[in-house]
Amino acid sequence: MIELEGLTKRYGGKLAVDGLTFTVRPGLVTGFLGPNGAGKSTTMRMVLGLDHPTAGDVRIDGRHYDELKDPLTCVGAVLDAGDVHGGRSAFNHLLCLAQSNGIPLTRVHEVLDTVGLTSVAHKKAKGFSLGMSQRLGIAAALLGDPRILMFDEPANGLDPEGIHWIRTLMKSLAAQGRTVFVSSHVMSEMALTADHLVVIGQGRLLADTSMADFIRQNSRSYVRIRSPQRERLLHVLHEAGITVVECGGGALEVDDGKAELIGELAARHRIVLHELSPRHASLEEAFMRLTAQAVEYHAHSDVPGGSWPRQASRAGWGTGWGAGRRKGA
Amino acid sequence: MTAVTQVLRSEWTKIRSVASTLWTLSLALVVTVVLGVLISALTRNEFDRANPADRLFFDPTYVSFAGMSLGQLAMIVFGVLVVSNEYSTGMIRTSLAAVPRRGTFLFGKIAVAAALALVVSVVTSFVAFFLGQAMLGPYRASLGDPGVLRAVFGGGLYMTLIAVFSMGIAAMLRSPMLSLGILMPFFFLISTVLGSVSATKKVGRFLPDQAGSRILQVVPSFGDDTPYGPWGGLGIMVLWVAAALAGGYVLLRRRDA
Repeated sequence: MIELEGLTKRYGGKLAVDGLTFTVRPGLVTGFLGPNGAGKSTTMRMVLGLDHPTAGDVRIDGRHYDELKDPLTCVGAVLDAGDVHGGRSAFNHLLCLAQSNGIPLTRVHEVLDTVGLTSVAHKKAKGFSLGMSQRLGIAAALLGDPRILMFDEPANGLDPEGIHWIRTLMKSLAAQGRTVFVSSHVMSEMALTADHLVVIGQGRLLADTSMADFIRQNSRSYVRIRSPQRERLLHVLHEAGITVVECGGGALEVDDGKAELIGELAARHRIVLHELSPRHASLEEAFMRLTAQAVEYHAHSDVPGGSWPRQASRAGWGTGWGAGRRKGA
Repeated sequence: MTAVTQVLRSEWTKIRSVASTLWTLSLALVVTVVLGVLISALTRNEFDRANPADRLFFDPTYVSFAGMSLGQLAMIVFGVLVVSNEYSTGMIRTSLAAVPRRGTFLFGKIAVAAALALVVSVVTSFVAFFLGQAMLGPYRASLGDPGVLRAVFGGGLYMTLIAVFSMGIAAMLRSPMLSLGILMPFFFLISTVLGSVSATKKVGRFLPDQAGSRILQVVPSFGDDTPYGPWGGLGIMVLWVAAALAGGYVLLRRRDA
């Protein structure tokens, strides 16, 4: 478990991280989402005690990072896969990390095998592709068999197969009851991986919610229907009290509609359907709205008395988005 | 196994697994020995033509260490790279995530690097002495002469301390280029100039290399009024090294990695 309490980091006059309070829980993949420059990496560096917080506190299972005995056995992290001495072989890189935390040599061979780098274990790291470097970073994170894993943008530089591999890895680590904290600036990637979502923008917390709730609140779901007997279908749906929106290309859309219900209705009236598909509007769009609002808010932040009303604003973006959508529909 | 032992093992793996360790240390040995041998051979040929005062104050041990002034530069590179490689590669973040206690990390690293430097330096010093004396032929000193063993072992300590001083400076400055850009001209030019100009000589001889290299001399030079002895000089150098290490440690603790 990682607990942040009012975590703040100021670089000169700029607040990179602004009073973050949230908890990353075990057994889940927690996605840490925000646009570039939102403060994700700074937050992660503070978790590892690499950067000192200006204010606030972050604890790993109740303790500060530098109080952990053999920290690699508690927390495994990949912040930047390039944080390796290029002249050292993958094996020696992992060996020196293992030795510093009393991890046995056999474990080095195990993790090399897990990430598929055994064949290049004695090659110098500077010859590695970005994808291989990511794998080496992940091997180092897994070395101490830690209960907590933290990845900063792990999909960067990986090919589709690699992305699928790391997604599966993170899910299986969480399924084993571990705490998995992974940052990304791509919503669609998170939607496939994360169970829980922490969204930040301009260093501030924008959302701390389960993935399911986020989807429910932020994605418009509708059923798309196409039929050669369009007029009859419209009539039947109208009779049943279902509101239909006509779209281009002869398609119909029913907001929050149940595909089963509509299908059965059409069957009962012997109406031929060419398409009946439940759909979700893009989460990416919801995410951009959410973070854009943070940017907007930030621009007005010198208005007096401007302490961030977190709960209110969180309700605000949900309803705002909903209202905007209805207006458009 | 304690945390300190673990860090020492880890740092040993780090230091032996990069190429710069081998080439800097072997360069320090080869340059010191080869230059010492050449200058010893030249000195022997010139000895009969030297004036009586020079003959009276002739220090065969010191002559065989003539290559150290150049060999120490390789030691500086070794010291700088051992520490600053962590920063220039980004490895420092991985290292500090593995060993978050800054003191354990820095002093573990420096202890391993210093021990390795000591072994190489002492070997270098003894080889330079024996080969140099062989070149000097009839004018040679022997290890049993008064002060000679101290000077030869002291030569090893001197080169080690130069390396450790460089590690402290690199820990403060982080950048290898900046560290080398300051240390190289300092030891190769500034210190020598300050030490040879009479106006600045009194200050110059308290600089780390000038004070520390006093231990290499067996026969004091003509008109020598240095206010410290061989061990006193080495003590002054140790104070410089301690200050550099303390500075490196304080900055490492304070700074974000």
